[in-house]
Amino acid sequence: MELLFAALLEPFQWQFMRAALLAVLVISPLFGLLSTMVVTSRMSFFSDALGHSAFTGIAIGTLCGLARPMWMAAVLAAAFALLFTYVRRRSNMASDTVIGVFSSTAVALGIFIATFGGGSFTQYNSLLIGDILSVAPGEIALLALILLGVVLLWLGSFNPLMLSAIHPALADSRGIRVFWREAAFSVAVAVVVTVSMTWVGLLVINSLLVLPAAAGRNVAKNMRQYHLASVLAALLAGLGGLMASYHLGASAGAAITLCLAAWFAVSFLFRRRGA
Amino acid sequence: MSVHRHGQTGPGCAGSCCLKVEGLGVNFGHEEVLRDVSFHLHCGEIVALIGPNGAGKSSLFRTILGQIPHTGSIEFQRAGGGHARPLIGYVPQSPVFDRGDPVSVYDFFSAAISRYPVFLPAPKRLRERVAACLRRVHGEGLLDKRMGALSGGELQRVLLALALEPVPHILVLDEPLSGVDIDGERQLMDMLDEVRTTFDLSILLSTHDFATLGQFADKVILLKNQVLRVGTPDEVLSSPEFQAVFHLDLGKGGRA
Repeated sequence: MELLFAALLEPFQWQFMRAALLAVLVISPLFGLLSTMVVTSRMSFFSDALGHSAFTGIAIGTLCGLARPMWMAAVLAAAFALLFTYVRRRSNMASDTVIGVFSSTAVALGIFIATFGGGSFTQYNSLLIGDILSVAPGEIALLALILLGVVLLWLGSFNPLMLSAIHPALADSRGIRVFWREAAFSVAVAVVVTVSMTWVGLLVINSLLVLPAAAGRNVAKNMRQYHLASVLAALLAGLGGLMASYHLGASAGAAITLCLAAWFAVSFLFRRRGA
Repeated sequence: MSVHRHGQTGPGCAGSCCLKVEGLGVNFGHEEVLRDVSFHLHCGEIVALIGPNGAGKSSLFRTILGQIPHTGSIEFQRAGGGHARPLIGYVPQSPVFDRGDPVSVYDFFSAAISRYPVFLPAPKRLRERVAACLRRVHGEGLLDKRMGALSGGELQRVLLALALEPVPHILVLDEPLSGVDIDGERQLMDMLDEVRTTFDLSILLSTHDFATLGQFADKVILLKNQVLRVGTPDEVLSSPEFQAVFHLDLGKGGRA
């Protein structure tokens, strides 16, 4: 027992692991919460597109010679999210088509800028995999602020957002207008994806926004169970992934994703059936 | 083909409450969706709106709900005179709910009538309020069922309960009988009959089920961008306008 405890605590004698732990404690409930709405409103593909636009932002920021191009990326991703929300509301196109259009444009622009004038792409490789040790205290503070913002958004806007996602005609008839709430939600996803991309990795970040709720749907009967399952899964997978990454030396983002995927498989096998 | 004007749609509103639609017109760009639509809807009356697809039935509903700009007037007269903005309960056409969505009837209902976040533990009072609303449609047992697990008839009852909270002056139902089996249809029509007497409200619904029109509708409006015919179910179903619109010699008792 003592041995187990020691093994659990051992990594946290290091400052960087304590920072990483703090980051995981902030980011996983954030992903767990956002995940419920991403899945309910069928925007699973959205965060993927945001990652692409965030990458473009970083390329532009680097081109402009900014010390931390991440901020440029966050602003760009937020603008991208707003534009996306607008186009989706104003057109009859299906969400996945709109996202596809935006996503490919963003990533093409990013690659074009990054390789402009014969530039090398390799400096961006770290973004694809992510590095948990790159977490800066300022970023954790920003994520904590976003978590607070998302909790407030959830308290004030979850009901209309959910109703509009599952039954738009009914929401309309009851005078529920969600454009700005939807925009706020999209911007929150955009900023969270951008800020955490540098340590989770562009290639797997989408899974953090999809898997917690996707697994939650397998076992939950209502919104309370759904949120509990999603947030808890994200938190446990975050901690498990961090430990696995420390002891096995693999990427934390990938380890967290694998934990979530394993939980999804289990939840699928024991999924609720019938009512 | 004659266009029946409101003067022929029955007596005026004299005394009792009613919805007066006069010379209603709706255009989507250059396309004229509704032209000179006029009719009265009296309290306690069940009026069925029939017409082919694309006739403007849903557009008419959305116009009455105030969602589409229009020409002409829509007025509501209270019992004993005086005009007011009517409260309209709307039962939209049932969408196909994702069967896997973890949304219970309580979640769906309380999200629509309350600001209390549905992801937090349900307060007793709110749960009781939703249960009381469901009791109006004999659906108290549905509270904790998932929306995706409801039958067509059960879903219609939940949507009806929601449209009755708060109790409206007018109940508008968009194709309530589609996706409902024979038993469910019987129950739903009994329910509507009960609702109109209990709450003294008018009901306007669209349907493609002509066979049962005579059993529940007081009045039928045949719509194809304009009002082609208004009358009792027998009158409308046997009219040349009806035969012409549906290109069939169905008579009554058919189903399109």
